[in-house]
Amino acid sequence: MSLATNSITSALDVEKVRADFPLLSRTVRDNKPLIYLDSGATSQRPISVLDAERVFLERSNAAVHRGAHQLAEEATDAYEQARAAIASFVGARFEELVFTKNATEAINLVAYAMGNAAAAGAEAKRFALGPGDRVVITEMEHHSNLVPWQQVCERTGAELAWLPLDDEGRLDLTDLDTIVNEQTKVLAFVHQSNILGTINPVDVLTKRAHDVGALVVLDACQSVPHGPVNFAELGVDFAVFSGHKMLGPTGIGALWGRQELLEVLPPFLSGGSMIEQVYLDHSTFAPPPQRFEAGTPPVSQAVGLHAAVQYLRHLGMDAVAAHEHALTGYGLEQLNAVPGVRIIGPATNDKRGGAISFVVEGIHSHDVGQVLDDRGVAVRVGHHCAWPVCRRYGVAATTRATFYVYNDFSDIDALVDGVVGAQEFFGVRP
Amino acid sequence: MKLETMYQEIILDHYRKPLNRGLRAPFDVEVHHVNPTCGDELTLRVELDHTDGKAVVKDVSYEAIGCSISQAATSVMTELVLNEDLDAALITQGEFLQMMQSRGEVEPNEDVLGDAIAFAGVSKYPARIKCALLGWMAFKDAAAQAMAAAGASTDSQKETA
Repeated sequence: MSLATNSITSALDVEKVRADFPLLSRTVRDNKPLIYLDSGATSQRPISVLDAERVFLERSNAAVHRGAHQLAEEATDAYEQARAAIASFVGARFEELVFTKNATEAINLVAYAMGNAAAAGAEAKRFALGPGDRVVITEMEHHSNLVPWQQVCERTGAELAWLPLDDEGRLDLTDLDTIVNEQTKVLAFVHQSNILGTINPVDVLTKRAHDVGALVVLDACQSVPHGPVNFAELGVDFAVFSGHKMLGPTGIGALWGRQELLEVLPPFLSGGSMIEQVYLDHSTFAPPPQRFEAGTPPVSQAVGLHAAVQYLRHLGMDAVAAHEHALTGYGLEQLNAVPGVRIIGPATNDKRGGAISFVVEGIHSHDVGQVLDDRGVAVRVGHHCAWPVCRRYGVAATTRATFYVYNDFSDIDALVDGVVGAQEFFGVRP
Repeated sequence: MKLETMYQEIILDHYRKPLNRGLRAPFDVEVHHVNPTCGDELTLRVELDHTDGKAVVKDVSYEAIGCSISQAATSVMTELVLNEDLDAALITQGEFLQMMQSRGEVEPNEDVLGDAIAFAGVSKYPARIKCALLGWMAFKDAAAQAMAAAGASTDSQKETA
């Protein structure tokens, strides 16, 4: 199956990249080399990220934004320098980037803040949701950009509507203007689908949303790690992403919001660190981003994510995108060539990223995953936190391979060999 | 190759030719269980027969979507509990649960488990334990509900008498 491997030039020196990731040199399941194709779930971390976190903890660990000692000062500097670097990485201003525990929390922050807005004064009125208002999502959302909106609609009486999928795995925008109607207050959608790989037309969707005065919330978890993304240029209002999917630590994610919006958005979590003045009967709040960072923040994680962003910048996000585009094209071609394999998502390498979901006729994805695991190939199986997508395409679950900077064409060959091996093992090879 | 330790021939046979599949009537209780991590779904019906103060599993029928392990385990389960005293069936269920939670450390009781002993290898794969338990837990739930309903109706009969 090692076709064409040498005839495709890659934008990255994968061998060199792999040397930076200690985990990738381990073996699994009786000494088989690890072939990691599950970065869409969580990515591995280069040694520079591990070192940055460890050095911070060995040298400068302290609570940030308080304390008069040298460590507190160093820790605060490290935390705020991380914010500056990460903000700049996504085309944001320093004040516009809020650290959260993960992307899910960042979406909940916006959803809860909007749910609370009706009681948060005149300035927050523009965010308020209630009966007669509409929240629009899409049929391809990850549960994290679906369930919080369901919940806020249940609490406020707003109506939930969604843009449907077409048969190929792209949004069907035929009824865009009737679904995103004048009542719409929010349009929340994923930049790049975690299950289908589809890259959505941010410009078309944002234009329609803004035409009717709706806010746009972009789930950028699967786009920020994999190519150049500039939120300001995209023109959206809020965007979220996650540290551990972009070579950084778990326990940190981010919300980006346009400054004029963050300035009037009511807080979500309240408590220490987010206040301006506190009395027994009332409080006033700090300006953003602090207003949205209640409690002790994930400091060493921010330092780690800073190092991850530096690592990605060093590779170059254009090169990262080109590399993954080549891998995706090869993966689609190879999987499409296996009889009995059906790709769930765009079958061509146009406006799609490096997540390939597929079903193998006659074998449940759990069993496909087990056979692959036996060969050292790590993939994700199941509904990928996008259960409505599985229902839409009439499948119980899929097998998903996702690619990143440390993957090579040979990884895809191993995947395809494993899929054929699974067909042979279960006696369903057509 | 470790695959064969998980996918024993008995498991593959049951997967290819599942027993007692298809929903049947009459039944006392119908339950719907899912495995939220992978999306496997099972609808299962139980009918109990109550004679001489003893409950006997008169019928178990089901429809399911899921992996080979969950499909085969449910099929084996029906074979082991059908026409058995409910008490004995629940002891088998308990043994199976214990085996699955043992991570291969406990010697399973073959006298009680019969063909279900083939799933011992699955217990070494934590991600698959829930697959093997789906049918068994649904059966336990349905049987408990059927007993509760029977108790309630016996009570109400007593009350009317």
